Amino acid sequence: MEIKIQKKVLEANETEAEKSRKFFRQKNVFVLNMMSSPGSGKTETLCKTLTRLMPKVRVGVIVGDICTTNDADRLVKTGARVTQINTEQFGGDCHLSASLVLDSAQKLGCDDLDLLIVENIGNLVCPAEFDIGEDARAVVLSVTEGEDKPLKYPLMFRVADVAILNKIDLLPYLDVDRELAVGNMQKVHPRMPVFEMSAKTEEGYEPWLDWLKIKVFEKTGKGL
Amino acid sequence: MHEMGIAEQLVKIALDAIPKDIQNPRVETVHLKIGKLASVVEQSLTFCFEIITKDTPLEKARLHIESVPVRVHCKSCDQSWEVTGPVFQCPFCEDGDVEMISGREIEIISLELEDAP
Repeated sequence: MEIKIQKKVLEANETEAEKSRKFFRQKNVFVLNMMSSPGSGKTETLCKTLTRLMPKVRVGVIVGDICTTNDADRLVKTGARVTQINTEQFGGDCHLSASLVLDSAQKLGCDDLDLLIVENIGNLVCPAEFDIGEDARAVVLSVTEGEDKPLKYPLMFRVADVAILNKIDLLPYLDVDRELAVGNMQKVHPRMPVFEMSAKTEEGYEPWLDWLKIKVFEKTGKGL
Repeated sequence: MHEMGIAEQLVKIALDAIPKDIQNPRVETVHLKIGKLASVVEQSLTFCFEIITKDTPLEKARLHIESVPVRVHCKSCDQSWEVTGPVFQCPFCEDGDVEMISGREIEIISLELEDAP
């Protein structure tokens, strides 16, 4: 006997993601899902982004890690409202799910926010598969990871709307071809904007901040 | 890495789909469609599935996985083609805005139940 089903296996997460999207629309807040491998500099990139955007842009952050509140402790010093998700208590998941993010967003409160940034768990594979109800996805690749990572982890760079090539201040000390790194990202995702930056020296920050402000404006109508 | 989560969702959907009036149902095969770009390792999924289906109607069921090729479409020149590596650039106009048509599916299609004796 055959039973036809024809269903998406991740339907439960997608339903939650749609619920989140509706919630974020009601709150008129732009949501960015930030992903990368561990150690690419997501948190430092965010710290500098928050310092430069606030207080004009009101930013909240949800930060995901398997363990520790180290990232939240760093981010909270910028003055932003921050909440930490540790997935260890949920089985040490390798990604954030839509329901976890919605729950945290509700606890954080989104009424007075223009921009909510979700710093996903450091992992170039799994987070790419899970919709969390975001408006855009950013991937951070640091030059120390090597130029070929976009080709090795194509799904992540395929689903991203924007990419940051971080730690460019280290280029003089590395045998890394910057153009090749950017070219590989655009091979996987033609026309994707790539911002070459250093979170440490803050070189190259303006185009990234402009991109963010435009995205917030496009969704919320708030000119910042 | 997240195959256990996928296996759990899969098992939940499959168990919900078995009609309640069947006595001692036994599923022989679960048919799935998985895109080549979906982050799912077939062996890991099968391993997780075997572990969590013990003492359920899905115990010893076989996962039959149809692999879906990655197909893309260039919005700029309207060509479509199959992608077999990580490069998504349009081979026709080289600068196109490329969208995915297939290759990210993780779908459960059907179950085959053992016929009642």
